[in-house]
Amino acid sequence: MSEKILGEITSINGNMISVRFKGNIVQNEVGYVILGDERLKSEVIKIKDDLAFMQVYELTKGIKIGDPVEFTHEMLSVQLGPGVLSRVYDGLQNPLNALAEKYGFFLPRGVVLDAVDLEKRWTFSPSVKKGDVVYRGMSLGSVPEGIFDHKIMVPFNFYDEYTVESIVQNGDYKVTDEVAVLTDSRGEKHSVIMLFEWPVKVPIDAYTQKLIPREPMSTRVRIVDTFFPVNKGGTYCIPGPFGAGKTVLQQLTSRYADVDIVIIAACGERAGEVVETLREFPKLEDPRTGKTLMERTVIICNTSSMPVAAREASVYTAATIGEYYRQMGLDVLILADSTSRWAQAMREVSGRLEEIPGEEAFPAYLESRIAEFYERAGYVELPDGTFGSLTIGGTVSPAGGNFEEPVTQATLKVVGAFHGLSRARSDARRYPAIDPLDSWSKYKGIIPAEKVEEAHDVLRRGNEVHQMMMVVGEEGTSLDDFVVYLKSEFLDSVYLQQDGFDPVDASCSSERQLYVFEKIHNILMDTYTFSSKEEARKFFNVLRQLVIDWNYIPMEKDEFKTQEKEIENHLKKVRTKKSAA
Amino acid sequence: MKEVYNRILSVVGNVITVRAEGVSYEELAEVTTSRTKTLAQVIKIDNDIVSLQVFAGSKGVSTHDEVRFLGHPMQVAYSENLLGRIFDGSGQPRDKGPALTENMVEIAGPSVNPAKRIIPNRMIRTNIPMIDVFNSLVVSQKLPIFSVSGEPYNELLARIALQAEVDMIILGGIGLKFDEYMYFRDELEKGGALNRSVFFVHTASDPVVEGLMVPDLSLAIAEHFALDGKDVLVLLTDMTNFADALKEIAITMEQVPSNRGYPGDLYSQLAARYEKAVDFEDAGSITILAVTTMPGDDVTHPIPDNTGYITEGQFYLRNGRIEPFGSLSRLKQQVNNKTRKDHRAIMDGMIQLYAQYLETEEKRAMGFRMSDWDKKLLKYGKLFEARMMNLKVNISLEEALDNGWAILAECFMPEETAFRTDLVKEFWPKAEEKEDDQKEEDAKKEESEET
Repeated sequence: MSEKILGEITSINGNMISVRFKGNIVQNEVGYVILGDERLKSEVIKIKDDLAFMQVYELTKGIKIGDPVEFTHEMLSVQLGPGVLSRVYDGLQNPLNALAEKYGFFLPRGVVLDAVDLEKRWTFSPSVKKGDVVYRGMSLGSVPEGIFDHKIMVPFNFYDEYTVESIVQNGDYKVTDEVAVLTDSRGEKHSVIMLFEWPVKVPIDAYTQKLIPREPMSTRVRIVDTFFPVNKGGTYCIPGPFGAGKTVLQQLTSRYADVDIVIIAACGERAGEVVETLREFPKLEDPRTGKTLMERTVIICNTSSMPVAAREASVYTAATIGEYYRQMGLDVLILADSTSRWAQAMREVSGRLEEIPGEEAFPAYLESRIAEFYERAGYVELPDGTFGSLTIGGTVSPAGGNFEEPVTQATLKVVGAFHGLSRARSDARRYPAIDPLDSWSKYKGIIPAEKVEEAHDVLRRGNEVHQMMMVVGEEGTSLDDFVVYLKSEFLDSVYLQQDGFDPVDASCSSERQLYVFEKIHNILMDTYTFSSKEEARKFFNVLRQLVIDWNYIPMEKDEFKTQEKEIENHLKKVRTKKSAA
Repeated sequence: MKEVYNRILSVVGNVITVRAEGVSYEELAEVTTSRTKTLAQVIKIDNDIVSLQVFAGSKGVSTHDEVRFLGHPMQVAYSENLLGRIFDGSGQPRDKGPALTENMVEIAGPSVNPAKRIIPNRMIRTNIPMIDVFNSLVVSQKLPIFSVSGEPYNELLARIALQAEVDMIILGGIGLKFDEYMYFRDELEKGGALNRSVFFVHTASDPVVEGLMVPDLSLAIAEHFALDGKDVLVLLTDMTNFADALKEIAITMEQVPSNRGYPGDLYSQLAARYEKAVDFEDAGSITILAVTTMPGDDVTHPIPDNTGYITEGQFYLRNGRIEPFGSLSRLKQQVNNKTRKDHRAIMDGMIQLYAQYLETEEKRAMGFRMSDWDKKLLKYGKLFEARMMNLKVNISLEEALDNGWAILAECFMPEETAFRTDLVKEFWPKAEEKEDDQKEEDAKKEESEET
């Protein structure tokens, strides 16, 4: 394995090349196409006789037959260590800001920069001593990284049992400095530095056991937390046609989600949207810590015009970094926007390999790849008895907005919650446009399930009445049915809808949701007697306005109570009437 | 000079193959047939078999025609001399001017580092109320006009191009009808904009493949002008022809089609072009306005569908008007808070009322009795269509906003419109003698905004 294996290119088709090699190579290993000074990263994705089929992570313009390819025997990997947080990477973990500094406006081809700053010194405090026995994933010490204690762990590719031979004292070290020496069971010594590499397509499994996700993850979006909750360590998907608000929803979640670290994987979408995050996050305050949001964020950004093979890799890069931080006992959330672009990248590669296509020309392994990706999420117990979680939320961009397509269907099979966005709701400016009748979640939320079910039932019945009214008109609808319809519309406009651009309403805490939902639930469950539809409509119109105004008042302000009183008073009007009747 | 090959192994569709060595991917070659010379581009190399797409089409290509590789990929000359010139889809002069060969630059270059982009914040004024008021166009936006054949989309493009305050206009015509191409030329000439324009025109009678290069040529030039500090507007019409040309090549190359015959990489191909729209930090910008004709008026067709996922909104042009529903500028929020304080209120309020009008109109058509409120809405809808939606209306944003208040005042009482009280106090037209004051006020406002 010591000798470098070289190959030469025999065919070029788009970003797919075939390479004739001698010796042994590994499936999924990385090779470099040598093109003068440029080294184009590529990955072996099929081996047949003496030909390796490789996808090139860069533009292939200018490559010739016979150009040399250097194999590395390493699978596509990311660098893990302190300094990954608050960085902006491309799909292969090249730091974009460093590239911009060095190369200007455009992304250069064939350049690989270090993912973390090798010169920076970190203050290391050891947590083991000489003679301690350690395994992979166990902590040797820690360095402060922003607001977190970044654990320096026994690298995950150390599969043996080790004795600590030596460990450095408290002090400042570079990521490449030796911090410990470990002796394996055969007496061989291994040097450990703070930085190590891990192949992106292999899940990190240095935990004791995987558990069922139980703890709700608050997103501060009412319709999600109350009706279709997500648990820490769970998975969910957001399919929706263009313009339905997928990205806005993801952006809100990236700001308000109640987790330690957010990894945004901008996969094959518009660059402009990432730019907003890139430019805004360093200025926005994280309400939980008082620091900027950027300090808890990693952005993996492989936008639609960047090379397509790197797009395929980008979701794995995100997953690996997420799993790494989970190993430290943190709650991590990955937001992948959009998994359809990732699936399309697979389709392009599959097409060039001339594989037999499945539905809509997606490869036959589409489903298993999607399942593998979402299965990397999870709530796990770590070697030191603490717990960490990795939650994955992916958007899906179905062709024509039709959910009956392979990517949406394959995703629905494996996720724990489905937030389906509907064109009808977004056209009616009912945001977030999550369809309350189609969507579902298998997780337990903050509000007792029976109450949520009762409220959900009002929505369903209200919808039935609405359908009926379309046929028979308002005149042909009974007053009781009409009230059910008004109740469902009321619930929709004051609770399901939320103003993502209002500083107060955009972020509705769990505490507030519990409080407000209780009130709304009571209103929905009450029976009312009205003399006419007109009276009922008026009553609910006023009530709606009162509650919407209430939504815009911060909970800790006095006006919150005042407004609540007003709502009570308004409700009393009908209640007294009822008792009088 | 490079070796000349004169044995063409196969001719399938517009793709030929030759046996050659030392050829690089996407390299350009010159094919000399008995009648003419044409360019071809390498699209696949398998050992020593090289596949090329022939820009002028394979019609009349003989098996012993000469193929000479040029040793470089597609390039285009970049200089001030381009201004006012008209080229065809392979970059050759279509006007009577000389071919440009100096300062050749690469086309379809690498993508812009997202870290070097800035958040768009400059509005482009078009004097079309449906755009300025309701879906403002923003510098560096990429926006298609979704339409069907027969709609006046090219007229709309030409008009926006002339009225937009940009430094340069680049027209990329793909499958453009000859008279449409002449129309653009005449309009820009009339408007005095020809000397700051560059045309890359592929007409419907030109070989299909030649149209494939037009977006890349136009955008490469645009990129260089933008880097030199110019605000460039790129018009691409019609991108549906571009996508169809991609389909043709893909099928010829026996690629597995994904959806209705279109190749699986349609999204990436379109994105590679549209994503060239950019506002550079400390330099110029590229704004892309494109036309996508929807086959069968079907927005779920792969071309408009993929386009919609890439672009920052879309304008629906239907029955000669920009539809208020479905049309969307995703960047309008970045600019419409700094124009006039009633801008957003008018934008939302008038559309909501127009939506109610459409419902009433439906009821009326079904024969329901019209209430007083319904009658008001009907009047409002007609006025809105005539004074706002009509594409003939050509007024500034401020005039359009005033116009909006005037329409509202003609039809409704202030409390019927659900506008915020402070805005009603300031903008609702008062009794008639106040109208002149209002105009004066507006004039002042416009002045202060300009300075």
